[in-house]
Amino acid sequence: MTDSKYFTTTKKGEIFELKAELNSDKKEKKKEAVKKVIASMTVGKDVSALFPDVVNCMQTDNLELKKLVYLYLMNYAKSQPDMAIMAVNTFVKDCEDPNPLIRALAVRTMGCIRVDKITEYLCEPLRKCLKDEDPYVRKTAAVCVAKLHDINAQLVEDQGFLDTLKDLISDSNPMVVANAVAALSEISESHPSSNLLDLNPQSINKLLTALNECTEWGQIFILDCLANYMPKDDREAQSICERVTPRLSHANSAVVLSAVKVLMKFMEMLSKDLDYYGTLLKKLAPPLVTLLSAEPELQYVALRNINLIVQKRPEILKHEMKVFFVKYNDPIYVKLEKLDIMIRLASQANIAQVLAELKEYATEVDVDFVRKAVRAIGRCAIKVEQSAERCVSTLLDLIQTKVNYVVQEAIVVIKDIFRKYPNKYESVIATLCENLDSLDEPEARAAMIWIVGEYAERIDNADELLESFLEGFHDESTQVQLQLLTAIVKLFLKKPTETQELVQQVLSLATQDSDNPDLRDRGYIYWRLLSTDPVAAKEVVLAEKPLISEETDLIEPTLLDELICYIGTLASVYHKPPSAFVEGSRGVVHKSLPPRTGSSESAESPEAAPSAGQAAEQPAVIPAQGDLLGDLLNLDLGPPVSGPPLAASSVQMGAVDLLGGGLDSLMGDESEGLRSDVGGSPAMGGGGGFAAPGPAVPAGVGAPLGSGLGDLFDLTGGVGTLSGSYVAPKSVWLPAMKAKGLEISGTFSRQVGSISMDLVLTNKALQVMSDFAIQFNRNR
Amino acid sequence: MIHSLFLINAAGDIFLEKHWKSAVSRSVCDYFFEAQERASEAENVPPVIATPHHCLLSVYRHKIFFVAVIQSEVPPLFVIEFLHRVVDTFQDYFGVCSEVMIKDNVVVVYEVLEEMLDNGFPLATESNILKELIKPPTILRTVVNTITGSTNVGDQLPTGQLSVVPWRRTGVKYTNNEAYFDVIEEIDAIIDKSGSTITAEIQGVIDACVKLTGMPDLTLSFMNPRLLDDVSFHPCVRFKRWESERILSFIPPDGNFRLLSYHVSAQNLVAIPVYVKHNISFRDSSSLGRFEITVGPKQTMGKTIEGVMVTSQMPKGVLNMSLTPSQGTHIFDPVTKLLSWDVGKINPQKLPSLKGSMNLQAGTSKPDENPTINLQFKIQQLAISGLKVNRLDMYGEKYKPFKGIKYMTKAGKFQVRT
Repeated sequence: MTDSKYFTTTKKGEIFELKAELNSDKKEKKKEAVKKVIASMTVGKDVSALFPDVVNCMQTDNLELKKLVYLYLMNYAKSQPDMAIMAVNTFVKDCEDPNPLIRALAVRTMGCIRVDKITEYLCEPLRKCLKDEDPYVRKTAAVCVAKLHDINAQLVEDQGFLDTLKDLISDSNPMVVANAVAALSEISESHPSSNLLDLNPQSINKLLTALNECTEWGQIFILDCLANYMPKDDREAQSICERVTPRLSHANSAVVLSAVKVLMKFMEMLSKDLDYYGTLLKKLAPPLVTLLSAEPELQYVALRNINLIVQKRPEILKHEMKVFFVKYNDPIYVKLEKLDIMIRLASQANIAQVLAELKEYATEVDVDFVRKAVRAIGRCAIKVEQSAERCVSTLLDLIQTKVNYVVQEAIVVIKDIFRKYPNKYESVIATLCENLDSLDEPEARAAMIWIVGEYAERIDNADELLESFLEGFHDESTQVQLQLLTAIVKLFLKKPTETQELVQQVLSLATQDSDNPDLRDRGYIYWRLLSTDPVAAKEVVLAEKPLISEETDLIEPTLLDELICYIGTLASVYHKPPSAFVEGSRGVVHKSLPPRTGSSESAESPEAAPSAGQAAEQPAVIPAQGDLLGDLLNLDLGPPVSGPPLAASSVQMGAVDLLGGGLDSLMGDESEGLRSDVGGSPAMGGGGGFAAPGPAVPAGVGAPLGSGLGDLFDLTGGVGTLSGSYVAPKSVWLPAMKAKGLEISGTFSRQVGSISMDLVLTNKALQVMSDFAIQFNRNR
Repeated sequence: MIHSLFLINAAGDIFLEKHWKSAVSRSVCDYFFEAQERASEAENVPPVIATPHHCLLSVYRHKIFFVAVIQSEVPPLFVIEFLHRVVDTFQDYFGVCSEVMIKDNVVVVYEVLEEMLDNGFPLATESNILKELIKPPTILRTVVNTITGSTNVGDQLPTGQLSVVPWRRTGVKYTNNEAYFDVIEEIDAIIDKSGSTITAEIQGVIDACVKLTGMPDLTLSFMNPRLLDDVSFHPCVRFKRWESERILSFIPPDGNFRLLSYHVSAQNLVAIPVYVKHNISFRDSSSLGRFEITVGPKQTMGKTIEGVMVTSQMPKGVLNMSLTPSQGTHIFDPVTKLLSWDVGKINPQKLPSLKGSMNLQAGTSKPDENPTINLQFKIQQLAISGLKVNRLDMYGEKYKPFKGIKYMTKAGKFQVRT
């Protein structure tokens, strides 16, 4: 006797037969019929035609039958709103039932019937249930408010249910408190401005008390709610931390991670000299490690979060490298994440171990994983200078295996190693050149070409090598074409005598036969440089390149701080702020870490704050602006931000109203006509040429909008100021803090009766910005 | 919160759907199917899949994908934990969790899911409570129900639901009062070619089976509680008492539950009870390779190692293997290239070994990767970390319960690289 019998009905008139059974006098038969209906429903069959017959079975003392009918109602009420009214009376009656189970069931089901007409009838019963003497009913009613709000927000507000819900936060029963918090959080997510969860020290205290007594799920809701609270000083932060730490030992990993979020956030406020700060750091490591022995799906989420935590506070897990070692039967998504964290934790102390592991991984079967392992070896070399030599020899060993994709990955990372340690490992170039023919991926080809161009003077047959690439120039990807162009120009500047023909060939290929604007522009720039001033050309093209930074794939600090506030949420898995993916994102509130209070600010030294220190050092690797202007075109090989697809989060930003009142004040009493002129004038972002200046691009380059491309050829000459009457100095319109690193400053000036605007966009973030667009809104 | 749940089998058929809010169209699963197609194996399907309007979170257990659909920002761990809880509950209700079993009990499954979540918020997830609300199907009950017309849905509010001890029902009665605790430790380790340990850690749990009348209050103390610095407790354990005295004090749930899980990390020295001597060689020129492995005891504190099982995924180039074991049986599957050797007990006087040759595909160069050896074993009456229970006391009730403690050590993910 199993339920599968409910699926086996005779073919003809299935619905008809069920109808007859539903209207049977026998209770037992009725129940069996409803079960059959439910079974059909679960597999997606449409049984809505039976609505009146099923609803007729609702008036019953049999609880199972009642529950089954309710299940049916929830599914189909929406499609039969007129019929659903028939059920209202029963609900109202059930809400008065002496059995709390029935009352709760009724209030629960009511909320799931998403029919506008009905909701009005449900307010009175709901109000009663919110004040019910039985906590089981109250906690169910709390959730019902959230349901109702989803259907008709206005009604919920008008009826004052939100206030009643807020009162429930102070309920004597912890389960009710937890559900009230959960309901309020859900409601406030759709209304970020409503300020529903207005927390004060008293309500925090209530939440902390309830935290100890409610179910694991309730603890998650409460902890997530606590994380939104901003303690008034470090004392309060510490006392909350103390009461939250026991949650780290919970068996439910979601509770643990939510607790970690609260602690990571409030820790910001604690002084680093405090003993408690050190204790807290120590307490955070074991639970994080334990998360890694859970099921793989849990591990994955945990690892994505640990990746953030390690970037923010590397000291927490610095001794736990070994738990991130990959087991060969880990699912691939776990392997890749573990690898990422291994590199972040790599240091001089553990590099030998890490390298041995990475070498082991590089011989595994899974292609994606092997590629990443090879890349990781390169990243280790760049990160830990002492290990560079060993890394290079490991990479050479791997190249000897001749496994195609291993060789290609190895060449890509060796290029980065050359950038980091110039003139140190050039002895390996010969080995690399042997593998030239096997390279079929654009990235590897581009890397190899770069190496050949950069070290042209040491490679005897550099011209032959480059010439061999030139044959299929038009079939190459843009990346390779650009690189080939630059490499040949470099070669020409180094060995002008033998390679004149080659350089002419590539310049004409790039400028005359190509449709790609980037390639054409670059070709013309080189051409003019070479023809007008070869000395300047040499200075520009062969200029010393800025060193690449040692930490790669770092999340930009302001974004990281925001993401730390979202530990345990989807944002932390995507490594994107919620505004980037939440549906509609109705004015999503940006969260930020609390500022450190008290004396700690002054006590903070670079050693004490390694993460902050690193971030601050980074831009320093890049030399002064003068040098930079050198070879901008060569920079796209720059810091390897390409990394794994998951980690590469490009900064996307909403539109910011830059101009505010600025224009109006400038215009004074100018005529209407002029205003519309402004709307049309500056054209920007076209052709892709202007897109995404890398972190190293200095402020000046993009500046003189009006003068356009002409200025680009005048790079070394400095940025020409616009001549004419008085021009107000540029002021910052959008500080970098507010826009994830993009700073916009500018000014307005009048020239020959028309108004022009100068904009300077500066990328102060550590990563490339893309998808630029500027929109001018017309005034009035 | 959790919007909908889809159960999908390995063939890619949706065989059950449940919606806790408005219904989400099945077509949302197309994104999942895409990911499933891209993944080489079912285990490799990523657990978090973003789609334009929803997010799909899935777990893969018992050859079934449990796919939850969420629409707003929800802690993914909360969803995944919940999904695992769903699987555990099914297992608890029906003995096994399989597609057939779920289809056979679809109405109970539906009722249980409805009790577990309300509007996407967890409602009752303790199987103790669920079973009071919806009684699990048994043959006897089905017979009785058909005769008496009674149902398998309880009509009383579960007693534990709102008390301070929600995990325990009231009015428990037993004629034999007994409390059993199993200390089970699993060793996860990676051993390198030369036999030295790369990483080793112990995952331990204390599982309990408590059948005691009334409201007993138990305390459990350890000889060496200092071992336990990384622990996760069942909600019943009083954390304050543990913090101050290192004693587990709790009112237990009724029946089976996991009291505690702990983790002894790599920094402490973890004893490795077995070693594997291996000699696996492929030669470039010949089409024959040599294969030889020997398993022996290392640090076993005088206990016997049993249930030893060796498995290894051989490289693709291996066509067949002709091996002779000194004991036990072995199988090599030429299709999946999986070698498994059921060794049984290890006798320290006569170490088990498996020797022979491998036929390699002619003309190919030697495989890049060497096979990794996976080891399973059991050691009874030993907790390899050295954890020992000191005593178990009961307060609050007058009778004398029967108490028992068992220790066991097992291999978890125990891998030897060659």
